[in-house]
Amino acid sequence: MEHIAWMAWTLPTAIFFAALASTLGVMTWLAVAYPEAERVGVLRIPTTRGDRLFISLVLAAVIHLLWIAFVGTDPIASLPIGEGVEITSLWLATLISFGAAVAIFRTV
Amino acid sequence: MEKTVNQKAWFLVLPVFLIVAFSAVLPLMTVVNYSVQDTFGNNQFFWNGVGWFKELLDPHTDLGERFLASIGRNLLFSAIILAIEVPLGIVVALSMPRHGWQVAACLVILALPLLIPFNVVGTIWQIFGRPDIGLLGYVLNRIGFNYNYVSNDLDAWFTVIVMDVWHWTSLVALLCYAGLKSIPDAYYQAAQIDGASRWAVFKAIQLPKMNRVLLIAVLLRFMDSFMIYTEPFVVTGGGPGNSTTFVSIELVKIALGQFDLGKAAALSLVYNIIILIVCWVFYTVMTNAGAERPTQKEGVA
Repeated sequence: MEHIAWMAWTLPTAIFFAALASTLGVMTWLAVAYPEAERVGVLRIPTTRGDRLFISLVLAAVIHLLWIAFVGTDPIASLPIGEGVEITSLWLATLISFGAAVAIFRTV
Repeated sequence: MEKTVNQKAWFLVLPVFLIVAFSAVLPLMTVVNYSVQDTFGNNQFFWNGVGWFKELLDPHTDLGERFLASIGRNLLFSAIILAIEVPLGIVVALSMPRHGWQVAACLVILALPLLIPFNVVGTIWQIFGRPDIGLLGYVLNRIGFNYNYVSNDLDAWFTVIVMDVWHWTSLVALLCYAGLKSIPDAYYQAAQIDGASRWAVFKAIQLPKMNRVLLIAVLLRFMDSFMIYTEPFVVTGGGPGNSTTFVSIELVKIALGQFDLGKAAALSLVYNIIILIVCWVFYTVMTNAGAERPTQKEGVA
């Protein structure tokens, strides 16, 4: 692991990128296995599944940043693991992002 | 929109993807890793969660204040140069000749500033504006203006804006000229029969026909001016004080000047998101600009 020390990996970012990579993998497989037609949604632009995923991801980033800027990251609960793992309110932004992603995949 | 899209061709892009992975994706991942940690060098990192982002987006901290101030300056800069370059570009395009050898001459002269490397443009204006040896600075001071871009905020802004206008108005003008050239003569003949004034021709024929190229010009110039680094860095170095420190200059100061990798990584990610969104809008508008018309016609029929 010495040779990738400069990349400064952490477990959360590794999980994040693994999730992202598997999402892209699933999308690629979907595109090959079930080819789809573009459709025009509420944004009046033709979008494919990939476009909608892209919009969802960018929107998720924006939602998280806005949440950090205006709501903050105070702990809202603590899990009874070890000394107690605190859950920050940022997870609410994650939930909102998932909701937004579902909405985007259905309407855009 | 009945046509199904076959995505198998994307596998052919795989070799390019591997190269991009090494040159762009891995460094970007590293930036994400840096943005959630703090380091004191020696490849030792300490978990910081979203702390840097919190600081970055909070105007009460030093980092947040600098980031938001530089974003504000950058947006103001983009707004000013757009407000000057777009109308000026249209006027230049309208007054360009349509036939003969003058067309080629005009195109070559207009293209000249676009061909000069950014840092050379910066150096040209850095010397041009100097009060002691520069033509512009010397003349301005001799005719009574106390002009010095090194010590006066407004003079520094003036220099940077005039430089950008000098550098990029040609791009807007060339795009508009291309739009104007594509208007068939029949439109002008019809206008002549109706006895339309010059202004009416511009408003009813030329402006609507230039719509798309103008859109492209605005988006291109916005993106470029929002990412501007070299020219103001060479001319003013971000000064005097912080008055011409745009986002990219601030970023380099934090990353390479102070070596605060975590802060710089958080800043560049937010910066990246903004640029990404603008690029996406740009791409979407450009690729759908041509497709808009048939769908509208279908809607009418």
